Amino acid sequence: MNWKWDMFFDAFPFVVQGLWITIALTFASYLFALLFGFMWTFLKRIPNKPLNWLVTWVMEFIRSTPPLVQLFFIFYAWPMVPGIGMTLSPFTSAIVGIGIHYSTYISEVYRSGIESVGKGQWEASRALNFTRWQTWRKVILPQALPPTIPMLGNYLIIMFKEVPLASTIGVTGILHMANTYGAHHFRYLEALTIVAILFLVLSYPAAVLVRKLEEKMNRRFDKNEILKEDKGVVM
Amino acid sequence: MIDISILDVFPVLLKGVSVTIQVLVLSAIFSYLIAFIAGFGRLSKNVLVRKFTGFYIEIFRGTSLIVQLFWFYYAIPMLFNVQVGSELMAGVLAISLNYGAYMSEIVRGSIIAVDKGQREAATALNMTRFQQMRLVILPQAVRMMLPEFGNYLIQILKATSLVSLIGMTDILYHGNMLRSTNIAMAPTIYLLILVFYFILALPLIFLTRKAEDISKKGVASS
Repeated sequence: MNWKWDMFFDAFPFVVQGLWITIALTFASYLFALLFGFMWTFLKRIPNKPLNWLVTWVMEFIRSTPPLVQLFFIFYAWPMVPGIGMTLSPFTSAIVGIGIHYSTYISEVYRSGIESVGKGQWEASRALNFTRWQTWRKVILPQALPPTIPMLGNYLIIMFKEVPLASTIGVTGILHMANTYGAHHFRYLEALTIVAILFLVLSYPAAVLVRKLEEKMNRRFDKNEILKEDKGVVM
Repeated sequence: MIDISILDVFPVLLKGVSVTIQVLVLSAIFSYLIAFIAGFGRLSKNVLVRKFTGFYIEIFRGTSLIVQLFWFYYAIPMLFNVQVGSELMAGVLAISLNYGAYMSEIVRGSIIAVDKGQREAATALNMTRFQQMRLVILPQAVRMMLPEFGNYLIQILKATSLVSLIGMTDILYHGNMLRSTNIAMAPTIYLLILVFYFILALPLIFLTRKAEDISKKGVASS
């Protein structure tokens, strides 16, 4: 064993400096993914076969290729693209890169929420002469979104753990700070352990919270299930 | 100014494919192995085993893969004054311990999801615990695991790109090398890398869809 506590306490304040960047990047890219996810869901609902096919495969492409490469693409390649290319700061690149990657996952969450709303709800809205906008705002979304909250919470935690990828393009989050410290002192052990501890300390309570939320939601929907069956002739 | 085209980039990236596939296959095998071991561990009758596997799962799910990878590569040799061995070992170890932890939850969840009546019936037939698991529970549970296992295979493929950061010569590594000498070609290089990964992912995507079909087929409960 070759552990040095003085190194640990020396490195701690240095590494923690990056914590705000890591957290800020997490929320920024999460917000980006939430908004972009809406766009995917919207595009996929346009009743046009070729467009549908295209969107499906673009999403599949983004989802099944490494976010690290996408990050490099946006940071190194995007400025070189003739015409539309522009230089983005490492932080912005990371928001866009991680945000776009996870927006395809978030979009699936929205989709599952929307599909869980029964067909009867659409028909009832039509019978009440609601406009399309009213139907979405007053009937569909209020029922579609709440069940997705635990899943969306899960993605926030997943993205938090994906954010250190941005250290590879120079975003000075905690991993970057630890690597800097390690390179400076020729010792990575304590600094990297601090990063691991920080991630664990922040993501574990969040995960427990989401699990609690999930259980609560499940109980609520189970109750609805039972009520529905009681009304019918099945039982 | 040296002008390079797709035809020049292609063979360079091709050199990395074998390393990527090697890491993918090894990581997948070990991930599944660890997933089953940890999944059963969580369901063990022994409290100690249950707590220990729970601890392992929370540690690896609570920290990010890239941190684990760096930890295995840079920190472990320092901690124990040993050489872990190659980059390959550090990479495969980090990826499989990480995804093994995630997939163990699927193993556990699927085993629990098998209807209670099945276990009761097996007990009524005087099967031992091991027989119940092997003959009754697992055949039904594995089928439920398949779609998620397929999804995680794609995740593992994506994760293999991280090994370029510890100096393994995979697709991304060769691409990065090429980019450092031909900055203007960055769009072509990275787009082609993405296409390479997508082509590798395609069979896995179809495999996952097939797995979804299999898991749905002939299941009585809705």
